[in-house]
Parts: sequence; structure tokens; C-alpha cells
Amino acid sequence: MEWILQPWPWYIGGPLIAVIMFVLLYAGKNFGMSSNLRTMCTMCGAGKSSEFFNFDWKSQQWNLMVVLGAVLGGLVGSRFLSNNQIPDISEGTRAILQEHGFESAGTAYVPTELFGPEAFTSPFTLIILLIGGLLVGFGARYAGGCTSGHAISGISNLQVPSVIATVGFFIGGLTMVHLLFPLIF
Amino acid sequence: MKHLFFLFIGLIFGIVMYKSEAASWFRIYEMFQFQSFHMYGLMGSALVMGIPIVQYIKRKNIKDYNQNPIVIPDKDKGVTRYLAGGILFGLGWALAGACPGPMFVLTGAGYLPILVVILGAVFGTWIYGMIRHKLPH
Repeated sequence: MEWILQPWPWYIGGPLIAVIMFVLLYAGKNFGMSSNLRTMCTMCGAGKSSEFFNFDWKSQQWNLMVVLGAVLGGLVGSRFLSNNQIPDISEGTRAILQEHGFESAGTAYVPTELFGPEAFTSPFTLIILLIGGLLVGFGARYAGGCTSGHAISGISNLQVPSVIATVGFFIGGLTMVHLLFPLIF
Repeated sequence: MKHLFFLFIGLIFGIVMYKSEAASWFRIYEMFQFQSFHMYGLMGSALVMGIPIVQYIKRKNIKDYNQNPIVIPDKDKGVTRYLAGGILFGLGWALAGACPGPMFVLTGAGYLPILVVILGAVFGTWIYGMIRHKLPH
């Protein structure tokens, strides 16, 4: 059982993601997380402002349960199935991040500079997090899916649009990390 | 019972995202620096299994547990929306270090500032819904 408390290698995690996708298909559903964001808009009454949100959100209850489960999974994974898990990122990445002021690189699961409790009192950090979220939410719906819907489900279904979207994910990510990070951090 | 089933699937998904470190901002950053195989291995091995699974389901017309045919809708044809939306998504993915699944996983793991990211993501979705008629698709 000791291995379960260790970080899981990619060759365990990746196949498990495929199994989750299969179980959802077998249950008559599709694997896609970002559509929950649309459902949440509808639940907040966004159907009054755009017919895009005018649908019966109760038909998506199953996916909201997946979201709730994912929250619990984060709790169980971090509290009960880990001994303070710290991603063993490469030396090179650690060095670049420390140059950018991310002192917590190599000592935390996520950067304490962005996700520590001080984040709530730093307008800079709050704006970074908010803009990051805005781009993810807007981009996912514009592209019609996110990492789960396009990169995993869509490419598994050999969909050309999903390959295009995934290429887009990487163009955006590379632009952010290599061109914009030096300006932001 | 149905709700409990999907809650359980989500629980497993959340544990996998956390333990495989797909929910780590550092791993996303490292991926875009091409300095580790980890994230590529994670997505690559998911596809190495996922592609044959989906192709098998389609060729053999496998039924779901209710005996209904498993339908995986094709994505609409096009380039603009996938490329433009994908790029915007990628910019946010690298900045916030979390895509829509891991956001919720990190909430459970207790990194509460991620709630600001979730708020932004819901708001971003709403903005898309409001202006999508003006966007090229």
C-alpha cells in the first residue's frame, strides 16, 4: 500500500484517465469538465441574458456530481493518500522559476506565491488568478471543450477539431510561459 | 444511487488528478518548458488507451449499461473557433496552472485562492455566452 502514498507515475495516471472516460461512456455520458462552467452560469440565472444558457441544467446534474466528487478527490488525495506530496520537477524548471521569483518551486504542490493564504491580500495575485480563470472559461467554451473534452475525449474519437484545439492549447501555453511570463513576473 | 455513482467517478478522477500531479501548477509550467516527459506521458498514455477503446466502441456498436447505443457526437467542422478558443484557453491554463477539472480538485486540497480562478472561469464562460454571436466560429 506504500506506493499509493507516493506520487503516481504517468503510466498509472494516464491509463486511469482513459478508464474514467470509458466508464462515463458506458454510463451513457461524455467526459468533459468545462461544460460544468456553463451549467453553473445557467444555475446563476444566466439564461435570462443569453439563450446559450437557456437549457435544463438538471440534465447536467450527473456532471455536477462528478465535479463534487473531484473536490472530494482533492481532499482525499491530499490529506489521506499523500505525505505532503511535492512534484519532483526538473532542476532546470526550478532554476527558471526561482529567477522569476517563485521561491516555492520544488518545495510545494502549487506555488505558495499564487495559492498561499497571502494571495487574498495581494491585488496583483488576485488579478493574475482572475485573468487566468477568465481565459480558461472563455477559451474552453469558444473552443467547445477543454483538456478532457478535446485533448482526451476528442482525440480518442479521432476528431480533427480536437487536434486543432489541442494545438491551440499549446500555442497559448507556450506564448504565456515564454513570452508573457518574463513581462508579468 | 445514480448520483452516488457519478460522485464516485468524480472522486476517483480527483484522486488521479492530484496524485498524478496534473493538478500541479508546477507540472503545467514544466510541460510548457519541455523539461519533463511527465505530462506528455500522462496525456499520451491516456490516448494510447483511449483511442482503441473509443474505436472499439464505435466499430462494435457497444451498448451502454442501459442497452442504449453509445453515442459520441462528432465535433462540428471548422478551424477558427478551435484555434482561437484553444489559444485563449492555453494562455489561461499556463497562467492559472489549472484546467477545469483540476480547479475543483485544488479546492478540495485546500488551496482556496483557486476559488478566484473558478470565479473567473464561470465569468469567462458567461462572457462567451453573451458575445458569441459577434465572434467568428
